[in-house]
This record gives sequence, C-alpha cells and structure tokens, in this order.
Amino acid sequence: MTAGVLDKTKLAWWAVLAAALVAVPFLMGDFYINLLSQIFIAVIFAASLNMLVGYGGLTSLGHASYLGVAAYMSAWLFLKMGWSHLVIAPIAIIGTTLMACAFGWIALRATGLGFMMLTLALSQVLWGLAYRWVGVTDGDNGLRGLTRPAPFGIDLENTTAFYFFALIVTVVALAMISRFVHSPFGAALKGTRDQPRRMSALGHNVWMIRWLTFVYSGFWGAVAGVMFVYYNKYIHPTSMALTSSAEGLLGVIAGGSGTLAGPVVGAAIVVLLKNYVSGYVERWNMLLGFVFVFIVIFMPEGLVPGMHRLWNKLRARKAVRDSNTGGREKA
Amino acid sequence: MSATMQQGQVAALEVRNLKKSFGGLPATNDVSLTVMPGERRLIIGPNGAGKTTLFNQIAGDLFCDSGSIKLYGEEVSRFKTHKRTQRGVARTYQIITLFGKDTLEHNLVLSLLGLLKTRWNSFVPLSGSAHLYEEARRVLATVGLEHLAKRPISEISYGEKRRVEIAMALAQKPRLLLLDEPLAGLSREERMTVSKLVAAVPRDTTVLMIEHDMDVALELADQITVLHYGKVIVEGPRAEVVSDPRTKEVYLGE
Repeated sequence: MTAGVLDKTKLAWWAVLAAALVAVPFLMGDFYINLLSQIFIAVIFAASLNMLVGYGGLTSLGHASYLGVAAYMSAWLFLKMGWSHLVIAPIAIIGTTLMACAFGWIALRATGLGFMMLTLALSQVLWGLAYRWVGVTDGDNGLRGLTRPAPFGIDLENTTAFYFFALIVTVVALAMISRFVHSPFGAALKGTRDQPRRMSALGHNVWMIRWLTFVYSGFWGAVAGVMFVYYNKYIHPTSMALTSSAEGLLGVIAGGSGTLAGPVVGAAIVVLLKNYVSGYVERWNMLLGFVFVFIVIFMPEGLVPGMHRLWNKLRARKAVRDSNTGGREKA
Repeated sequence: MSATMQQGQVAALEVRNLKKSFGGLPATNDVSLTVMPGERRLIIGPNGAGKTTLFNQIAGDLFCDSGSIKLYGEEVSRFKTHKRTQRGVARTYQIITLFGKDTLEHNLVLSLLGLLKTRWNSFVPLSGSAHLYEEARRVLATVGLEHLAKRPISEISYGEKRRVEIAMALAQKPRLLLLDEPLAGLSREERMTVSKLVAAVPRDTTVLMIEHDMDVALELADQITVLHYGKVIVEGPRAEVVSDPRTKEVYLGE
C-alpha cells in the first residue's frame, strides 16, 4: 500500500495474510467461505461507520440506513423494474449517497448526543417505511428473488467467485478509507474531532468537513448494502433496524474506533458470534453481550489498540528480564 | 492593499458599537475601537470586563447582537470563524487549545493546512507533503522549539505549549493577530521568552493583545484600551492611559 513505513517483517505478515485469504476457498468448505464473505461485507460496513465514529468523533446510531436503502433500491429495481445489475449498482450507490447528503445536512445540526438521536430518528423513519410501505418493500415479507450479477461472465452465484468478489471490494474499500484517513482531509477530520473550535480558528470549515465525511461514509455504507443484498439475495426491514446499526457500532467500538484494523477485527467477531457460535450456543446475543462487556472492562480502547498495548508491555517486560539475567550471568 | 497610496487610511480593524449579552447581562456593551495596520494594541480590564468576549466576536466564535466589525475595510461580522481566518485573522487562546496527542509539527501542519486548498484533498497521503513539515519545523524554530518537533504536545511543558499556541497563529502570517493572555501562567523567564516572540512579530501583522502582566505587556503596546463592564473607559497612547485616573480607579481603586 501507500505507507512507506512497511518494514520487512510487516511485509512478510501482509504476504502471509494475502496468501491465506487467497488459499481459503481451496482449503475450506462452502460454509466457511460464505462466513468469510459475510465478514467482508460487515467489515466494509463497520469501516465506513468508523470514518464517522472513530475519525470524526460523530457517533451515528443510524448507519444501517445506508446499507438498507442501497439494498432495497437494488432489489426493487431488479425485481420490479427488471433492470440489469450493471445499471442498478451505480444507481443504488449514488442514490444512497445523495440520501446521505440530505441526512447529513439534517443530522449535523447537532453533534454528540443530539447527532446520535437525529441519526437514530432518521433511520427509524426509514425502518418504519420499509415495514409499512408494502407496495414497494413487500413489508414484513421483504424483497426476495434477486439473483447475483455475473460480471465479465463470472457468475457470482458460485461461492468461491463471490468470495473473491467480496474480497476485492473489501480490499479496495479499506485501501480507499486508509487513503482518506491519511490524507490532509483525514488529518483535518481528526482535528475537528479533537479540537473543533481550534480547527475553525485555523481556517478549517468544520461543518463542511463533517458533512463530506458523513456523505463519504454513507457512500461506503451503500457499497456494503449492495454487497449485502447480492450475498443474501434478500432484504428485510430488520436489516435497517436499530439492531443492525448497533451491531456495526459494536464492531467498531469492540475492535477499536479510530484505527484501521479495529473495525475489521470487530466486525469479524460480531459476524462469527452471530453466525458461527449461534450454531452451538442458542443465546448468542448474551454471549455477544459478555464479549462486549469483557472488552469494555479490560480494553476500553478496543481490541486492536488494547492488544497493541499488551504486546508492548510484554515486550518491555521481556526486555527488562533479558537485561537482568544478562547482568547476572556476567557477575 | 491600498497601503501604497494611502498609508494608514484603512484601519486593520474597525469595531463599531459592538454589543453582546448573555441572558440580559451585557458582556460587551457598545464597544468601538479602531486599530491601524501594524499597531500593537493592548486591551486591559478587570476580570469580567468583556475582553475575551470581544476577542471571540472579532474572531467569529461568537456573533455579536449588534454592531459591526470591519477587517481592512471589509465587513466581517456575519462571517463564520473559518472565513475570517481566511481573511487573515489568527488567534491564541487563554486556555491552551492544542491537539494534545499529536506532535508539535503536526499541530503546525494543521495550522498551515487551514489556509491551503490541499486541506480538501482526501486521496493523497499527508506525509507526502514534505514541504509542509519543513515549513512547520521552520516556524517551530522561530519560537525555539524545533528540537521538540516530533514530540507530542502532551509531553511538553506549559510554557512550551504557550509558545506552540503563538507559533500556530504566526504560521498563518496573519494580518490581524489576537493574543489572549499569552503570558498567563508562565514563569519569569518564560514570560521574557514569550514577550520577545511577540515583540519580534513583523509589523505587517497587527497585534491585539489581552494581558494582565503590565510590566511586560506595557512595553509591547503602542496603544491601550481599558475595558470595564463591557465598555471602553479609556483609550489612547500608552503613557496617557497609564496616567489616566480612570485607569487607576478601575485597576487599583477597588
């Protein structure tokens, strides 16, 4: 990637990770491949939310709106209008992004708790619409019967093909979000999170920075939504309910908000608990709760920064022990 | 601007009948003042006189209830803060307002970015803008902190933070510099360092300063405005204001 700080060990780790991700479909069964595809989609979703929550300091409780609206638009245009995926995907993403323009304009009347409540209210309106506007959304039945696209003749109905498709989209999304975070704009965004007043005194348009971030975050949320509906071939109002938004937020906070790897780890944990552990433990929601409480108590900054801190501590301790024993041997 | 043809005709800052109240309590009550380009103006007054409120209105953090603020002839009283900054206003805060987790040079870079178009670029890494970091270190050198450029703000002393505050304002080469108690909480030596910095500000920057430390501040000032209960009580050249009985009454008379 772009960062010039990659040393050799880091590069090696990246290579191992890349090899593992490529090898997965050839080593594992469909169940696990699908599980990973779902994780990828959840990662895009959490990473897009993290732009707002982690880097902008704007906690949104309505991020599932973007996933849901993009998914509903895709499904509706496909099923009721009979358009092709090639046309639908950009329309769904652009349409949802435009909605984010309007929602951001409304929600950013406030920050903090007010912002949170406004995002929640807006998403609840959409959730209610999805339930009640039966003519368009089929209400509680949800929209089903969608097929996955077949770009360049590669049919994504195939589990492995979809896996690689999701992997590529996720890598692109994370690379773009990483670019964003490390850009001058990203630096300004973090500035508005830490010292908004100082930032405007330095000439930065704090409102505009937040709004643009909101829109960009909505854009990636929409991408996650399109991926989501391709994967499930089904969309139901619960996908844009508060629980869905909260799950994304949980992933961001558990993994470590304001870090790039945090939402990846967090989203993976949420999906694993939801889809994998739920096969063994019936009350997986409770388990999710326990895991979250555990993280908040022992690593309030999130798993990724928390592990990093522990790792550094252990290394420091080991260094001290080594130097101590070294001294004794000499004596 | 018009400086070549009419030296000193356009005021750097012209405040007229500025009013701001908080729930019926006037903080600035009909304040008017004119500051000429290059001037060093000291604003004094007891606590609660409305000095910082006046600054917040000039900088744009607070909108005035009524009155006008002209910056080099341009009416700016309805502009938001960042727009006034683009017009050449810079300020420091009485309570240190820096990016604590970031390095000194990053703080300065954020200041430099504030006036650059690149601040909107979200696709190019900031670390690639080596010239920005060079400029940041150059500005840090002018306040004697270049050696700490890579340290986070949270690791430096209070006096050093004060100097970073000033550096961040100076980095923007402002036309109007607002210094809100730049010497507050500093030791004797630190005060000398900071006052030397203020004295070294180039004359194409107009300086408006709130300060309680008379020993140091008086030396820096050309003109002094005394505020009391949101009103201008005395105004004029340093010597006149200092010897004015009303000044003494406000400051010493209690």
